[in-house]
Amino acid sequence: MGFLRKLINRARVKSPYVFHFNSGSCNGCDIEIIAALMPRLDLERFGIKLVGSPRHADVMLCTGPVTEQIKPRLQRIYEQMAEPKFVVAIGSCACSGGVFRGSYNVLGGVDQAIPVTAYIPGCPPKPSAITYGAYKLLEVLSEQLGISEDVAAEPVAEEQTESIKEAVEA
Amino acid sequence: MTESDEPRIVIPPRVTIPIGPQHPALKEPGMFKLTVEGERIIDAEVNIGYNHRSIEKIAEGRTFLQVLYLAERICGICSATHNGTLAQAVEAAAEVEIPERAKFIRTLTWELERIHSHILWLGVAFHEVGFDTAFMYSWRDREVVMDLLETLSGNRVNYAMNTIGGVRRDVTDSLKETLLKGLDKLEERMKYYRDVAIYEKTFWNRVDGVGVLPNKIAKSHGAVGPTGRGSNVPTDVRFNDPTQAYVHLRDSGEFEMVLSDREDVAGRAIVRVVETIEAVRMCRWLLHNLPDGPIRERVRPRIQPNEVLARYEAPRGEVIHYLVTNGSDKPERWKVRAPTHANWVSMAYTLRGGYLADAPIILAAIDPCFSCTDRVVLVDAEDETIQLKPLDVLRAESNKWYESRT
Repeated sequence: MGFLRKLINRARVKSPYVFHFNSGSCNGCDIEIIAALMPRLDLERFGIKLVGSPRHADVMLCTGPVTEQIKPRLQRIYEQMAEPKFVVAIGSCACSGGVFRGSYNVLGGVDQAIPVTAYIPGCPPKPSAITYGAYKLLEVLSEQLGISEDVAAEPVAEEQTESIKEAVEA
Repeated sequence: MTESDEPRIVIPPRVTIPIGPQHPALKEPGMFKLTVEGERIIDAEVNIGYNHRSIEKIAEGRTFLQVLYLAERICGICSATHNGTLAQAVEAAAEVEIPERAKFIRTLTWELERIHSHILWLGVAFHEVGFDTAFMYSWRDREVVMDLLETLSGNRVNYAMNTIGGVRRDVTDSLKETLLKGLDKLEERMKYYRDVAIYEKTFWNRVDGVGVLPNKIAKSHGAVGPTGRGSNVPTDVRFNDPTQAYVHLRDSGEFEMVLSDREDVAGRAIVRVVETIEAVRMCRWLLHNLPDGPIRERVRPRIQPNEVLARYEAPRGEVIHYLVTNGSDKPERWKVRAPTHANWVSMAYTLRGGYLADAPIILAAIDPCFSCTDRVVLVDAEDETIQLKPLDVLRAESNKWYESRT
């Protein structure tokens, strides 16, 4: 793998741009995604940024059980994304259809329309679950792209923690 | 001498801009066709229906207890609204009276939900006018009420507090203390946001005189909720036709309907912010006057044949549940009219004549919720022909469809 390719892959894992698409959801998962991006959990500290256009995005966050009406739009938007692209299904509806399974207008799960990389279940998943799912996805991506941390994090020595404690107390 | 003495009038061309269904302004899919002349919007057309999930049809095959959880998932923002209103409808159909304490706890959940929904709207409104700092601040403080709801019900969004005949969880004394402490913090923060919304020029200059909906139009177009109250139309089910513990709240004389005669987006914002502070005071009153007793009444699963209409003032306006029961444990017909459906008509009016740049905040000002609203109209995706079908034809077709699946 060339140096430039390595650099690009590293950038991809360190700052994935996410894009949110509502494929017929009830809003519950959507507000929890926004809550995960807000000051308390702050997904942006992992370099994850919410963008408004599929053309800018690496990861698409899908919520909702995919209605017949939205299916062609979902597929078109998926095609608009640049490679490499990943889809995360957020919520029980996006994973399997959830409570709406069996309805005449619902496909039942995002994977019925487009390929999905990761599933985050829950109705709706808590913001912490969404953060954990995003973190897991990044872990898998870094494995796939052959990026691993070269230097493992060293445990802090005993004397150092004491000096830090003293500094905090002072 | 040239031909310059004949003034040339340049008429900006009319352009129709399609926006959506995926667009960065709102989180939900909806398509807007805005016809603009230069910067002015002269016509607006709204196409929705991307979120239609046939909830009313699914409900016909489920028992009342199961439908209660389905109703919650109509909308993730006002989940307690639909859940509680359906419980209210089924109780009215069964003609049972629920215990006083259950009424108070149900109302408490509703009011806490109103606080969370209004803070959410305020954050979105700040975001739409480009004031992202206040957006982040208000969503940080929204977590306070989300924590209160989580300690009260066990979940952040779909509370599942109501059951047919009462509520599922009790409020203990220690929980009461936690709630009161949280409410104090919320009231303090909300007073700060009220001042930000009124005195901060970044926000005020963007909403002052934008999206005007005159009182007469609001009445004739049937605007409900904060959209109507922002145009001085006194519509509030909590005061006009109270149910549950709202009867006691109204009789206490401490609370009044919040109205504004500004008729623009600023009026709607003020109504929402002041209403949040009122909701905090209502929650405190409910907790202080919580009566003792059981929280649940047993109701037989089979409901006698009946036809009822339940009303409640959701955060966005009046929500109506119409229920027909037939003596079995499943509903014969269940119809939901969500507030966005009523406010949709007046929205096209407010958009006309405004600037294109103001369109997001005007759209956001009614706090649209498409997942509550979407209805079925058969549209051919190829040539976009619209086909309206009478109910009996639709029913025969759906029965045929379900038979072919089994």
